[in-house]
Amino acid sequence: MLRDEDRIFTNLYGQHDWRLAGARARGDWDGTKALIAKGRDWIVDEVKKSGLRGRGGAGFPTGLKWSFMPKQSDRPCYLVVNADESEPGTCKDRDIIRNDPHKLIEGCLLAGVGMGAQAAFIYIRGEFYNEALRLQAAIDEAYAAGLIGKNACGSGYDFEIILHRGAGAYICGEETALLESLEGRKGQPRLKPPFPAAVGLYGCPSTVNNVETIAVAPTILRRGAAWFAGIGRPKNEGTKVFCISGHINAPCNVEEAMGIPLRELIERHAGGVRGGWDNLLAVIPGGSSVPVIPKSVCDTVLMDFDALRDVKSGLGTAAVIVMDKSTDIVKAIARLSKFYKHESCGQCTPCREGTGWMWRVMERMVKGEAEVAEIDMLLDVSYEIEGHTICALGDAAAWPIQGLIRHFRPEMEARIRQYREAAARRAA
Amino acid sequence: MSGETNETPVLQPESFAFTPENLAKAKAHIAKYPPGRQASAVLPLLDLAQRQCGNWLPRAAMDVVAEMLEMAPIRVYEVATFYSMFNLRPVGRHYFQICTTTPCWLRGSDEVVAACRKKLGIEIGETTADGQFTLTEVECLGACVNAPIIQVNDDFYEDLDGPATEALIDELARGEVPPPGSVIKRQGSAPVTGPTTLHGVKLAGDPNAA
Amino acid sequence: MPKLTIDGQEIEVPPGTTVLQAAQRLGIEVPHFCFHERLAIAGNCRMCLVEQEKAPKPIASCAMPAADNMVIHTKSEKAKKARKGVMEFLLINHPLDCPICDQGGECDLQDQAMAYGFDRGRFEENKRAVKDKNFGPLVKTSMNRCIHCTRCIRFATEIAGVEELGATGRGEAMEIGTYIEKALTSELSANIIDLCPVGALTSKPYAFIARPWELRKTESVDVLDAVGSNIRVDSRGPQVLRILPRLNEAINEEWISDKTRFALDGLTRRRLDRPYLRRDGRLVEASWGETFAAIAERLQGLAGAKIAALAGDLADVEAMLALKELMASLGSANLDCRQDGAKIDPGCRAGYLFNTTIAGIEEADACLLIGTNPRWEGALVNARLRKRYLQGKFKVAAIGPRLDLTFPVVQLGLGPEILDDLAGGNHSWGEVLKTAKKPMLILGMGALARPDGAAILEAARRLAESCNMVREDWNGFNLLHTAAARVGGLEIGFVPGAGGRDCDAILAGCESGVIEAVYLLGADEIDTKRLGRAFVIYQGHHGDAGAHRADVVLPGAAYTEKDALYVNTEGRVQAVRRAVYPPGDAREDWTILRALSEVLGKKLPYDSLTQLRGHLVAAYPQFAQLDEAPRAAWGSFGTKGAIEPVPFAYPIGDFYLTDPISRASPTMAACSEVYRAAHRPAAKTGTHG
Repeated sequence: MLRDEDRIFTNLYGQHDWRLAGARARGDWDGTKALIAKGRDWIVDEVKKSGLRGRGGAGFPTGLKWSFMPKQSDRPCYLVVNADESEPGTCKDRDIIRNDPHKLIEGCLLAGVGMGAQAAFIYIRGEFYNEALRLQAAIDEAYAAGLIGKNACGSGYDFEIILHRGAGAYICGEETALLESLEGRKGQPRLKPPFPAAVGLYGCPSTVNNVETIAVAPTILRRGAAWFAGIGRPKNEGTKVFCISGHINAPCNVEEAMGIPLRELIERHAGGVRGGWDNLLAVIPGGSSVPVIPKSVCDTVLMDFDALRDVKSGLGTAAVIVMDKSTDIVKAIARLSKFYKHESCGQCTPCREGTGWMWRVMERMVKGEAEVAEIDMLLDVSYEIEGHTICALGDAAAWPIQGLIRHFRPEMEARIRQYREAAARRAA
Repeated sequence: MSGETNETPVLQPESFAFTPENLAKAKAHIAKYPPGRQASAVLPLLDLAQRQCGNWLPRAAMDVVAEMLEMAPIRVYEVATFYSMFNLRPVGRHYFQICTTTPCWLRGSDEVVAACRKKLGIEIGETTADGQFTLTEVECLGACVNAPIIQVNDDFYEDLDGPATEALIDELARGEVPPPGSVIKRQGSAPVTGPTTLHGVKLAGDPNAA
Repeated sequence: MPKLTIDGQEIEVPPGTTVLQAAQRLGIEVPHFCFHERLAIAGNCRMCLVEQEKAPKPIASCAMPAADNMVIHTKSEKAKKARKGVMEFLLINHPLDCPICDQGGECDLQDQAMAYGFDRGRFEENKRAVKDKNFGPLVKTSMNRCIHCTRCIRFATEIAGVEELGATGRGEAMEIGTYIEKALTSELSANIIDLCPVGALTSKPYAFIARPWELRKTESVDVLDAVGSNIRVDSRGPQVLRILPRLNEAINEEWISDKTRFALDGLTRRRLDRPYLRRDGRLVEASWGETFAAIAERLQGLAGAKIAALAGDLADVEAMLALKELMASLGSANLDCRQDGAKIDPGCRAGYLFNTTIAGIEEADACLLIGTNPRWEGALVNARLRKRYLQGKFKVAAIGPRLDLTFPVVQLGLGPEILDDLAGGNHSWGEVLKTAKKPMLILGMGALARPDGAAILEAARRLAESCNMVREDWNGFNLLHTAAARVGGLEIGFVPGAGGRDCDAILAGCESGVIEAVYLLGADEIDTKRLGRAFVIYQGHHGDAGAHRADVVLPGAAYTEKDALYVNTEGRVQAVRRAVYPPGDAREDWTILRALSEVLGKKLPYDSLTQLRGHLVAAYPQFAQLDEAPRAAWGSFGTKGAIEPVPFAYPIGDFYLTDPISRASPTMAACSEVYRAAHRPAAKTGTHG
């Protein structure tokens, strides 16, 4: 288990003062000027060495991403922070924003220096109204204290932070949809290439990072890459905030070492599965977009990018949705299908048409009102969407269904049989 | 974002104008973005207009926002109909947005919905006759470890169940505004049984933090 | 230059070329719906997915720039599977109502479903129902068929410059429309019918009229303005049923105006389909012989000076030449093709042509509009100006009442008095023109059809010269004509001969009784009250103003009913072709004049169109070459004189009702009704594009 001393988010539950004074007491904004003085290359290099991978779901190496920003640019460069936390099961950024906002703000400055950005735009989901008020208050404090703005921290570096509220659209968590939304349009993902590092916000070089990714950066830089890289497993280093929801005795957020066994995570921090481990049916280990894994896999799987990939699922946002044996697993996944249908932006054909189709078939599957052959058809439709869309929402809609069919096909077939038998009885 | 098609027509006000106070706020929003990028302020301005109009967005307000931001009106209509937080028809004073996505559903959002329907006598998508409550179903609100959740206007009420939901409605109906957050008074997202971590957080002077 | 391999063939393409374009160059067809080479790339339909080696998933070839060493497979299993899937998705909510769909037979969705789709559907759910929209009198909507390719939105926003179409809602509930129902306020609106790859947007006037395979297709040219848009006339039996644009990069690209497309129902209404004679004050039906005899009788012994001829705006070159030569043989020098009295100087070709050429607008970097509303006077010229504006670094100013031209315009003043300041360097915009690399000006009939028009023409010439607009490599001086006949008439000298009268003097002569006989060749835009007691011969195709006043009516052919030449505002000679025969006893116009000449004893020296054209080319060699706009030599034109500080008035009051054909068209009347409010000169210029 991760030692408390190695935990970055020391006010995760809001048990302490979130304001600047409290944040400083917990070590934030300590020696920031000196870190800036070490320079852009040092910051990027240190983050590279730490092994930090993006915490928003895709797990792209953060330092490498920052290094894509142009060394020289005649246009402004921007850091855009993705605080559009909307992936079902995920609620970690909310805690960082409301309880440790200064980690995010300091992270913006340091990451901004690392990528040569003059400003950070933080795009927070519109529903997080109170969280936005708090983050704005913290930003205001940081400006007032000279930590950001002109000559941030007395470093000579000018850096602005602008908070921008969304208005209800999961798709804006996709980085280019987020940029579109920030520019005042519908959140419809852009075609890539060009990538944001070349043509991003307002056509300028931009890097979009998740809240947690940015918020852990100051601590990594202060304590050193080696410290962070020493936690977890190779290529899966560091700490991670896990969100554990569903059928456990004590749902919670908790910061743990990457690679912690799923069972340990649930039993040590979330009070265990309702009715005991043996009452476990399945877990969605990384937010709604990743395929479900059955108990047999949960028994031993480790919680990191590679281990979960190896079991055909993913770490995603590390949102662990636990389902015990009382769960109607078909219905649980069908509800996710409804979510993706609702959140599809409508721009490209496979997602616009396919998400609705899959959801409707899934609704029938819940009742068993289907042909057994339609399970394979559903799977085929999911493959027709996967990889064929402009953004990853299509994949995200396909994977939960693929996971369901992979592990729970007998359950689906049984339901179809039961429905038929019941219909036959009614007819008789 | 509920469109206006296939529903009863909305009585649209003839005109809209920001109050002086909101106009100042609108200008402050516009000033946050680089020159020529004023369209970035479309979400904040529509939000401001919606708040001024009692939590819904009349067409006249969209036109005013379009004009202020030098956007073609159709571009503003696109935005207003795309994002789910814009209400294109009036809603009740207490706008109940019940999350029913899987993490909330696993923890009993059905019960929460049932309690609302029973207590208020209306279905999802409807408003009580007295204009006090509107029920809607929303997608994941992002507070899943405190499920199930209802967002009432700007505030999240968490860790609900049927009786707690009914109690919440009673309080709101009485004109009280219960403090947002966990209705069972949990510490944020910590386990209900108490934190398993962060017992020994050292504050300033922590040798490891230097 | 990136070099890539597509389906085993290597190709080197210029940087910026997309994979789809590279494939097209190799003759490899990649199916697509949303991609259109004149619109911004959307990449949303996903039909053009192809396999790229080493890429984790198929790529949208329409959006992917070709890069070095790319290996692309357009026919691999992976590509086929992706395409088949997309096709299936496009069809699940499509009503498949092809039997009752006007797009049937020329539908991209239908064609591609045949080529790339499944042979049966797997979709067992209810199909989506989408409310149809009201886009006005021209565009019929059937939104269940929409595949959300957004071509129409991009056309309206980019090409037409009216940001009124959008996609509201999201996901499967996304709908294309204007949100608040309205007709698109664009004179180019119906091009979205052609762009729509399915049957969601079809032609309202053409609804349920014909199937494409029943139609005879005739390549021709529009004559309802002086642009000379290239068109295809679709006919069945004796009737023109549809007009579509025909690609001509130099003129209209692949667009046409709504009037060009939809005035055709005017071709079957108010037609003059037999000769008429006025007897006892009333026009009564007569035979050709009777009418010719009546003319011969009236002209008998009449001195040439007492006879005059006016050519209307739709007259073809051959008919004008025949009439000119007939008038000469009758001893008359009283002829004019400038019904509006525009003070155009026929002496110098460069003085009356659109010298820059329409395509040449794209090279200009500054433009001054003088007394012209190009949006109405030459909708495709305006579209080209907007296209140039979108390319950036293009400054436009205007003199005349304020207009919304779909791009920002600096308003310099209302009338011509400012021209001398501009030429003399006393105006800041004069500096803009002088420092521009390729400055241009467009002079409209609003500036010339007024008493001081000749002086304005002269001032404009001086301005052009002072701003270095006319040089070896560039001519920025332009007249934008409104009449298809005008430049042709000027080219063959259908203007007063020595001692002859111009239009105004002819009408004055009629009023005073000096002119006793007038031959109107489709001239309907004159004040017919001024014809006084003159004997009026009207040759034309519609019962419009001229025919109403006529003593003899000779039924001619409309532009879809004859083979004839027209010269557009650039000086480009183009041929219209007969798609249908003229109705009833009506005849091709030159043959009427030829027959009449014989009755008058002044037989014209040609018995066939070929002979007539030979005769034409011999006299005017510029007619030898069709479809070219060769450069005209610069010279002196215009007349120095007093310029009155009177604001310009634009010649067209209603875009939809400008000529006998459009005035007879119920569709144009409906447009006029709908757009009258919307098209009134707007208070602000420019859009937010």
